[in-house]
Amino acid sequence: MKAKVLVIACGAIARELVRISKLNHWDHIKFKCLPPELHNTPDRIPGAVKDMIEQNTGEYQKIFAAYADCGTGGGLDKVLEEYGVERIPGAHCYEFYAGSDSFHELSEDEPGSFYLTDFLVRHFERLVVKGLWIDRFPQLIPGYFGNYKRLVYLAQTDSEQLQAMARQQAALLKLEYCYRLYGDEPLAHILEPALEQ
Amino acid sequence: MTDQFDDEEIILSELPDDELVDQMHDDLYDGLAEEITEGTQILLDRGWSAQQVLTEALVGGMAVVGIDFRDGVLFVPEVLMAANAMKAGMAKLKPLLVETGVKPAGKMVIGTVKGDIHDIGKNLVGMMMEGAGFEVIDLGINIDADTYIEAIEEHQADFLGMSALLTTTMPYMKVVIDQMKEKGIRDKYKVLVGGAPLNEEFGQAVGADAYCRDAATAVDAARELLAATG
Repeated sequence: MKAKVLVIACGAIARELVRISKLNHWDHIKFKCLPPELHNTPDRIPGAVKDMIEQNTGEYQKIFAAYADCGTGGGLDKVLEEYGVERIPGAHCYEFYAGSDSFHELSEDEPGSFYLTDFLVRHFERLVVKGLWIDRFPQLIPGYFGNYKRLVYLAQTDSEQLQAMARQQAALLKLEYCYRLYGDEPLAHILEPALEQ
Repeated sequence: MTDQFDDEEIILSELPDDELVDQMHDDLYDGLAEEITEGTQILLDRGWSAQQVLTEALVGGMAVVGIDFRDGVLFVPEVLMAANAMKAGMAKLKPLLVETGVKPAGKMVIGTVKGDIHDIGKNLVGMMMEGAGFEVIDLGINIDADTYIEAIEEHQADFLGMSALLTTTMPYMKVVIDQMKEKGIRDKYKVLVGGAPLNEEFGQAVGADAYCRDAATAVDAARELLAATG
């Protein structure tokens, strides 16, 4: 059966989207992902999403963007408005992983929170350590993370292995470690009404 | 032949002034803090004034870094390395600049707005402003309106600089400006705003005097605003 809704998603949430989609039997949805590395250069996200929309216009009854603003400073919204495409509300993917209220509580409790998700814990070495050149120049750590107080791991799965990795990552960045297990529920809750046909 | 040339060690102290300055621009670009410290000292030993070293060797080099960052040639880690190198040179120059008592071109209070802890861009602006001869009072991060206002009044600043990296925190700039208006002091100061999610439109909407897309632009804007007010 031809999928009727296309979800253009950030590669960083692909795994969760597929899991939620299977659990909810969302057979009418097709996912296409963009590289998660775009998060290190958010100014490139609107253009990449625009290209993807244009490549798929006319193929689906509805297109949805599984992105928050993600550091584009409203740039993504301008593109989406042009094509009548909705996105996940909020400023960051952390927000929809934790649920809006919970995320704002965390941020207010400690503005100096550095957030990781399952994806970021798994790919920390590539995206954070190598992406920010910390492997070559560890002296850059205070410049990046000096104002952060704690690393908050917003977990989608209850994995001892990922928790151990996140603890080590907090130690590397010299941050207090904080763990919150949210599962897929908040993301599924946000997506459900948006993906109705 | 090429390898031989590349491997040739450059002795900074043996270079004439103009070549040394060019070399320092390259070293800043490459984030080589030790070489910048050494080059700074050599120029001072040759009788250059601290101001001349700052302007020609350091600020000149950082301007190139700023342009290449803006154009996507350099990335944040490279800019941070360059900034660290400049800081190393500044550490030598700052006491001398204070000693000589050169009157600053203007005074700026700067800080990252309430709820936001990102300060890489703000620090770069502070450094470039200092390099351009401005006195900078850096309040740090997560700054509320009262703190900004107290500081500009206390230091009798010419400029207030506000920075934000988050779409959730940038609206706070308007809170600060509105509070300045309520106190009847808005027109005493020029307000510069900047940060990755901002744009010209936003700067106008919150009532800032200038939106600065990067550190070099902030210096230009400050100079222009000063010139305009005489």
